[in-house]
Amino acid sequence: MQSSLRIVWIYPDLLSTYGDQGNVLVLEQRARSRGIPVEIVHVRSSDPVPDQGDIYLIGGGEDRPQILGAERLRRDGGLHRAIQRGASLLAVCAGYQIMGSVFGGEEGQPVPGIGLLDISSSRGERRSVGELAAEVDPSLGLPTLTGFENHMGVTALGPGVTPLSRTLIGTGNGDGTEGCFAGKIIGTYLHGPALARNPALADLLLRWAVGPLPQIDDTWYDRLRNERLDAVLKP
Amino acid sequence: MSQLPLRAQLASALGRTAATLSRATGRGDGSVIGGRVGLLLEPDLLRKLATEKKLALVSATNGKTTTTRLIASALQELGEVATNAFGANMPAGHVSALSSQKSAPYGVLEVDEKYLPEVLSTTEAGVVTLMNLSRDQMDRAAEIWLLAQKWRRALAGKPAHVIANCDDPLVTWGASTAARVTWVAGGQRWHEDSWCCPECGGPLDRAEGMINADWACRECTFSRPEPDWILDGEDAVDPRGNRWRLDLQLPGVANRSNAVMALATAAAFGLDPQRALPRLREVTSVAGRYTTVERNGRVMKLLLAKNPAGWLEAFDVTRAERPIILSVNAQGPDGRDTSWLWDVDYRILSGRHVYVTGERRLDLALRLDVAGVRFTLVDNFGQAVAALPPGEIDVIANYTAFQSIRTEFGRAV
Repeated sequence: MQSSLRIVWIYPDLLSTYGDQGNVLVLEQRARSRGIPVEIVHVRSSDPVPDQGDIYLIGGGEDRPQILGAERLRRDGGLHRAIQRGASLLAVCAGYQIMGSVFGGEEGQPVPGIGLLDISSSRGERRSVGELAAEVDPSLGLPTLTGFENHMGVTALGPGVTPLSRTLIGTGNGDGTEGCFAGKIIGTYLHGPALARNPALADLLLRWAVGPLPQIDDTWYDRLRNERLDAVLKP
Repeated sequence: MSQLPLRAQLASALGRTAATLSRATGRGDGSVIGGRVGLLLEPDLLRKLATEKKLALVSATNGKTTTTRLIASALQELGEVATNAFGANMPAGHVSALSSQKSAPYGVLEVDEKYLPEVLSTTEAGVVTLMNLSRDQMDRAAEIWLLAQKWRRALAGKPAHVIANCDDPLVTWGASTAARVTWVAGGQRWHEDSWCCPECGGPLDRAEGMINADWACRECTFSRPEPDWILDGEDAVDPRGNRWRLDLQLPGVANRSNAVMALATAAAFGLDPQRALPRLREVTSVAGRYTTVERNGRVMKLLLAKNPAGWLEAFDVTRAERPIILSVNAQGPDGRDTSWLWDVDYRILSGRHVYVTGERRLDLALRLDVAGVRFTLVDNFGQAVAALPPGEIDVIANYTAFQSIRTEFGRAV
């Protein structure tokens, strides 16, 4: 029995383009505030992905790093073993697309993903850049999703996944939904520090790993959330 | 006398009139509107204006405005220099700069990273100075790997003499298709965008501890070129091994790096450090950056930081014993996405008196809270200043936040 919660950040050297570190820091802070000891593991793309982690994070990146990241993850196999063991995963933007069967490369060419989520992505007509707000699937019991998206991807969801949310503002998957989940895997286009804007999503990942959690002071999280949601939803 | 054809002369003159009107009516410093009017009347104007000058183009994510200023100051040793001193770094700004100092034999132009290929091909500049590439306002800017790729294509087959920072692997890759390169070990503090080889994607191995340490790809032959110029602590070392104490008035290691790039660029124009360096030492502030402003005994040191690498440089010139005011906006010129705040390591501010303001102060507040840095949130900059006792105060702000502080405290440069 290991004593601390192991948070594994996959390939920060390739896939950490915009504030992705924020998700790691938020999970760490929210676990530590509850007295849960945390171990953070940064896995460079030249190193094997450990399969004994509790929560895995993978972030966004440019086209070439995305293709390299997918190749390395497929060759490595560590993430697949970890998911089979019951670990949870938050995959963001380029990392989200990698989890599917296929995504669009530099010239829009199809590139094979690693098949952990039943989704397929391609390159859209135009870049979606801006604030996003969305109502989360009721089964997860989470408040409105808020964040920032910046991508050209269009993602089709297969029957093996459930949409994470329905968009109020923004593009998301491109069909009125944003992100998806299956088992303990969550994928989203909300890049960078999505968990800073959605602490309840961070707590969901923590609960999947350690069980029920006590309340903590969310003053600064709530003030930021309210300001951002007001900015995009109020006329 | 001007060699410009009549139509270009007219376009250039009308552009200058628009610039004068813009300044006279207080709408701006005139450097963009003047150029726009000129370009509208004569799309080929930039090429025509450029053919009369010996030109250097200066591009990077950070330090463009300062390095442009340093190079322009140095080249004044040789003659009159036309330059876009106020950071108007797209073609309209270039037209405005070149037509306002038409008789100048030299030109130094700050160029937006995305526009470098276009401006190089239009102006056929003889010298191109490239300092660094890092993540910056990605809601509107290009991805930097792609940007370096475009630099490669633009420089291939051109006669331009490139002065490039070989401590930045992405810049090295972007510059290495050029016919002639002077490599400068100018240092790189921000490593988060260069862990992987731009050529093959393999891991880059680099010696730890020094800002200008050697690096090499583990999987292919791409590696750091042998530098011609070196920034070594407080000194620049030239290609002959002569050591020059920089003694700049501009603070910090980032400016020492900018200065070595400027010395190497000046050398490409045939100007040696003996003559160039005294000119660099005269520069005290650049478009308000590093300016000190005072109100009621509060002496505020203004620093502009637009992206994570810029914040790292700014922290380097602040002092732990001073209180610090941080101001962050997210208007168009700042980038509307504040995610980058999570790439800055704010823990260095622990134990200081930190005041947080700006339109996106709540983003910054949460960021500091998660970093465990205590702070005071205030509604505006004036409140923070009023709350502090007389004495020296550090101020770091991003672009529009910085401009609004300058507007409030005067636009002294």
